[in-house]
Amino acid sequence: MSIAIRHISKQFGAFKALDDVSIDIPSGELVALLGPSGCGKTTLLRIIAGLDFADQGQILLEGDDASARHVRDRQVGFVFQHYALFRHMTIADNVAFGLRVKPRRERLADAEIQRRVKRLLELVQLDWLANRYPSQLSGGQRQRIALARALAVEPKVLLLDEPFGALDAKVRKELRRWLRQLHDEIHVTSVFVTHDQEEALEVSDRVVVINKGKVEQIGTPESVYDHPATPFVANFLGSVNLFHGRVEDGHLHLGEHALALGAQGGSEGKAVAFVRPHEFDIVPGWGAGGGLPATIARVVSVGPSAQIELSRLDGELIEVTVARDVFHLLGFSEGDQVSLCPRHIRVFQAEALAA
Amino acid sequence: MSTSVALHASSLERHETASTREPAWVKAALITVALTFFAVFLLLPLGTVFAEGLRKGWGAYLAALINRDAWDAIKLTLITAAIAVPFNLVFGVAAAWLIAKFEFPGKRLLITFIDLPFSVSPVISGLIFVLLFGAQGWFGPWLQAHDIRIIFAVPGIVLATIFVTFPFVARELIPLMEAQGSEEEEAAVVLGASGWQVFWYATLPKIKWGLLYGVILCNARAMGEFGAVSVVSGHIRGQTNTMPLYVEILYNEYNYAAAFAVASLLALLAIVTLALKTLVEKQTRRQLQEITEKSGE
Amino acid sequence: MASLRRFSPLPGFGLAMGYTLVYLALIVIIPLTAVGTKTLTMGWDAFWAAVSSPRVVASYQLSFGASLLAAAINVVFGLIFAWVLVRYHFPGRGLIDSLVDLPFALPTAVAGIALATIYSENGPIGKVLEPRGIEIAYTPNGVLLALVFIGLPFVVRTVQPVLADLEKEVEEAAAGLGASGWQTFCRIILPHIAPALLTGFAMAFARAVGEYGSVIFIAGNMPMVSEITPLLIITKLEQYDYAGATAVASVMLIFSFLLLLIINGLQGWMQNRHAKGS
Repeated sequence: MSIAIRHISKQFGAFKALDDVSIDIPSGELVALLGPSGCGKTTLLRIIAGLDFADQGQILLEGDDASARHVRDRQVGFVFQHYALFRHMTIADNVAFGLRVKPRRERLADAEIQRRVKRLLELVQLDWLANRYPSQLSGGQRQRIALARALAVEPKVLLLDEPFGALDAKVRKELRRWLRQLHDEIHVTSVFVTHDQEEALEVSDRVVVINKGKVEQIGTPESVYDHPATPFVANFLGSVNLFHGRVEDGHLHLGEHALALGAQGGSEGKAVAFVRPHEFDIVPGWGAGGGLPATIARVVSVGPSAQIELSRLDGELIEVTVARDVFHLLGFSEGDQVSLCPRHIRVFQAEALAA
Repeated sequence: MSTSVALHASSLERHETASTREPAWVKAALITVALTFFAVFLLLPLGTVFAEGLRKGWGAYLAALINRDAWDAIKLTLITAAIAVPFNLVFGVAAAWLIAKFEFPGKRLLITFIDLPFSVSPVISGLIFVLLFGAQGWFGPWLQAHDIRIIFAVPGIVLATIFVTFPFVARELIPLMEAQGSEEEEAAVVLGASGWQVFWYATLPKIKWGLLYGVILCNARAMGEFGAVSVVSGHIRGQTNTMPLYVEILYNEYNYAAAFAVASLLALLAIVTLALKTLVEKQTRRQLQEITEKSGE
Repeated sequence: MASLRRFSPLPGFGLAMGYTLVYLALIVIIPLTAVGTKTLTMGWDAFWAAVSSPRVVASYQLSFGASLLAAAINVVFGLIFAWVLVRYHFPGRGLIDSLVDLPFALPTAVAGIALATIYSENGPIGKVLEPRGIEIAYTPNGVLLALVFIGLPFVVRTVQPVLADLEKEVEEAAAGLGASGWQTFCRIILPHIAPALLTGFAMAFARAVGEYGSVIFIAGNMPMVSEITPLLIITKLEQYDYAGATAVASVMLIFSFLLLLIINGLQGWMQNRHAKGS
């Protein structure tokens, strides 16, 4: 089922949680709502579910206005951040809950409910836990049970609030992959909320970046990462080096130095530029190749890549990442004078950052 | 004004480490003071009740309990509690649901109003019903005309008891339900549960210990209330005597052994109440610990 | 109603609100307003005469004075109890922890006759004290004693959780910085538990002022000497002086409400401090 979010606004007292948000989510997609905490993403998810109401705007489910429809009738599955499993019920009873509370004439036969619960538990690979209680499960297992419980009522839309937020790093990674696989299997339209950019980029088909109640950018993980539409997105996704300067005739002027902007150019005037750590080439010697002169301050060469910390002439720090073998090939060491040539610069007008 | 202990998830013990330990004599002195105070102020009165009750032997003790007047008092006490407790139970659940699950203006004020009966003297709690239903009261003439007796009769005793025990259940449930939050309830709603199903399956299992705790306290007070009931009862033997009132009558007639025999039943009730309370507190504390662990992850 | 509240997906707002308000009004609000309206029908002179006669004023002095003193005593012993229960392990700790609430659970009439018996001239303690010239039963001392008894749990139970909450690290830090045990207590622990102590004090005080059952058996109830205000209300009622009883009651009610507001304020203060601390 497709979801259309139309001009949703929501205010808590003086605080604008959501400000004219519009998003289209095609049927079958897995979409991440990504943003810092307090940006309104969870509120938006709850509005889609019907757990909260918007002050303005509409939620269309499969083209129908669902804004006035009660949660119960929206056919959504919701996975809560802390799972909200019923702790006095067994795992099987938890999963069966949505099927058992249906009005008598819609309710399935008991045998059928049990069959379906078993199938769902197999789907989340935890059928051996059917008779345990939630308190006896690990966090990751609880998360999967919460998902199975949400799926039991065959929702048309699956909504997940910080699904991996409460898990430790290793389990989180496993579960991420598993959720992606599960989605590829069942293909139900899914929206999940996260503040972890890595998670959003790895799992989702599309990412919606939200900041201060507004949509900053919508796009595939590649496009939002490679072509951030706003300074916020550039800053929020992955690490970046920030440069304040001026754009004049196709060059970014940083103090005494100017970096060529190439074909993309940039509008004239005060500007902020972003360069990701892996988008630099390092050339020995100052002034070589029109690059930015800098001195290698520190090198951390652990794992597949080397993190190099350089200081510019004015003392500002720049972070650069290169593959470790490349770094060894270059043969630099701390104290060396080098030039940095960005392969890719994203330039925004300075006003855009302030906004 | 009950002291709600149910809320404290953390253990109520905390033991010293080397750097924070008081000198041994301080510790010994404090423990001695506490134990002495405990023995003189709490144990001695409790022991006295049973000792005085049994002063004239088991025969006299049983005789004091097994007679018409005593039995009538016991019966009236049970009836009063059997009416007052369910009423306040339903109210407590409704009020706690309202206050813990919804946001609305005037909430703090409402909580203060619910607390009111705790800060009203028992004597005044009785007086207000005399002012309403007594011969000179608002409804007095009308009631007299229709030959309905409330004051100096059972309905007055029940009303005064309901007033005095009014906040107990609500007071236990409100902080408990506020601490627990509404995620389970929301999960149940999303899964299609109806209103009663949400309460029955998602809420009740979470609050059952706190609810029981409130009911225990409410019941103890309902059975033991003296001042308010004393004002509205009229002290008619065999008709409007609850156990505490009967104890007073016997005591004022210098029938000490019998007074303490009946009092010992009430003291037993208090002991059972405290035992149940200790048990329930352990349960709620465990439950709340689970919650804090969960949200602390 | 729906416009009054923020949207919630949970059911039952209307039902719960309706039921709560109706029940509250019927059981609490309307009966309590009876005191107000009755008082208003009296006229100022009659009211003033009723609430300021020497016997009534003497009862105020006893009720409020003894209650203040009892609450102050409870602060000291309540703190010791809470301290011992939170920080020490010793035989009988569990029993004490459960029985601290006895004054809540024991019907006041039972407590009253037990205390009267213990401290009367033939009782186990009265027997010892009376020959030495210390009279407790049937004097204002008896009133004080009964009020200490019923007030104890209030202080213990408000201080205990706050004391348990104080992080050990804070005390260890103070010790590490060179503070003595007494300094740590005065500068670290006492400020931490002060709001709780104050709240416990106010609660014990409020309860003591209105207390009836546990006091009257041991008080002796001599007019002008050992007659507490609640008893005076009953005496007036028994003489069919409804107006006089109501006037005195209204003075007590106003006082109780003020105290309730103060207690609520104190509790708000406590919660705020806790929220900031965590």
